[in-house]
Amino acid sequence: MQGMSLIVKNITRIVAGFIILFGAYIVLYGHVTPGGGFTGGVILAGGLALVVLAFGEEFARNVLTHDIARLADSMGALLFLLVAVLGFMGGVFFTNFLPLGDVGALLSSGTIPIANIGIGIKVGAGLFGVFLALAAFRRATGAAPADTGRLA
Amino acid sequence: MDPILILLLALLGFMLIGSLIAIETRDLLSSVICVGAVGFGTSLVFLLLGAPDLAITQVVVEILVLVVLVRMVITRRDETHATSRSTLPVGVVLLALGVMAAVVFGTLAGGPADGPLRVRPFGDPLMTAEVPAARLAPAGRADLAPPGTTSASVGGTFLEQGLTENAASRGTGAANYVMGVLLDYRAYDTLGEATVIFVAVIGAYAVLRKVGRSRHAGNESDR
Amino acid sequence: MSLQMVPYVLTFLLLVAGLYAIVAKRNLIKVIVGILILDYAANLLLVLTGYRTPPAGQAPVAPILTGGAVQAPQLAATAVDPVPQALVLTSIVIGLSVAALVVALAIRLYEKYGTFDTELMRNLKG
Repeated sequence: MQGMSLIVKNITRIVAGFIILFGAYIVLYGHVTPGGGFTGGVILAGGLALVVLAFGEEFARNVLTHDIARLADSMGALLFLLVAVLGFMGGVFFTNFLPLGDVGALLSSGTIPIANIGIGIKVGAGLFGVFLALAAFRRATGAAPADTGRLA
Repeated sequence: MDPILILLLALLGFMLIGSLIAIETRDLLSSVICVGAVGFGTSLVFLLLGAPDLAITQVVVEILVLVVLVRMVITRRDETHATSRSTLPVGVVLLALGVMAAVVFGTLAGGPADGPLRVRPFGDPLMTAEVPAARLAPAGRADLAPPGTTSASVGGTFLEQGLTENAASRGTGAANYVMGVLLDYRAYDTLGEATVIFVAVIGAYAVLRKVGRSRHAGNESDR
Repeated sequence: MSLQMVPYVLTFLLLVAGLYAIVAKRNLIKVIVGILILDYAANLLLVLTGYRTPPAGQAPVAPILTGGAVQAPQLAATAVDPVPQALVLTSIVIGLSVAALVVALAIRLYEKYGTFDTELMRNLKG
């Protein structure tokens, strides 16, 4: 899986930061505007997949490796479970024990933003890891270079 | 005639035609692109029905599914052959269609209104029915019952009480009620869903890993 | 049967089309297409049951508070049901994960047998 042409690489350098920022915005503001952890996580996975597709597998083996994706996946799941277990402070499993602020503010509704961040990291890293496994695996089978002529 | 209903029927018809083309066409790339059309049609229907979170999620998920499918199909284009018309699969599908038609026409149309078998008509969910609010009191403590009437369904009660936290309502404070339902009232289901995604991702890794598989010389898949 | 039931009937037809593709097609990619269409139809059916007709002349009201806490009672009287939306939100992302898993299986099968055709796979036996 080589990278793509110079135009695509330059555009990706500009645009990928905006995509990741947009994904983070959707995750953080999930309790105020439409969106939330799942939507933001999928957008983050899409942004990271764009970077890996544009820069080729050298990038995927050195910078955004498969191990980082698996580690982030597990950390996101652990953060979500931590929020759940800490709910015991409020009485039962998964209680919303932090104070509910003003409606519509960023820091409101208790544990919901923290759970959103955990889910966003988990879904984003998990789906990006699956994409890496699917895309990088094709190198091992040796996709025939003669067929790429049909892409034109 | 409601304009929302007309738009909805037009979109559903478009999706049905797209799915039939996706199933019957012989070129694999056209089939994948028609699935993309069905997915984007679903996203428009979600937007029309007042579900903006779902519309955003469906669009982004559809893009990722298309990227993965097109990347798999585009360098391995074998043409599909004509389907063998054996009787068992077609018979199974016709039986399923018959059962579903019986359910749709038998229960949706028949029975008294609000009877046990009747599905509520489109646009009139159970939320619109009201019951006395006294049933929200804890068991045996009728003195704690709130006054008035409340919705007959869980969703309606979440909408009424989902915002503030005082003696009468146990709210979440989230302005997005869907997130409040997903991460506070139904957080256990979200934990289960995170587990399902985790298992699917680990399953994909286990299928695709390179360690532990012997590689023959002269690999027959090398084309 | 009034016009109000036609959305449900069309969604059932979409579901049966997906089922037909899974059961009666030889090519693996067509089976994956059938799984995806079945998934979309099931999600659509769930969201359709939660729709509440808005008051005359307005657009359908999403269950999101945009005007501050004072609008909460009016929203509670006109908004669509939030519970099917919450459950379908997770279901969409699960559909993506299942599609990735099935595509991984298809890639492995192609690597082993060299074709996507299940009839040929049955005869080849690795």
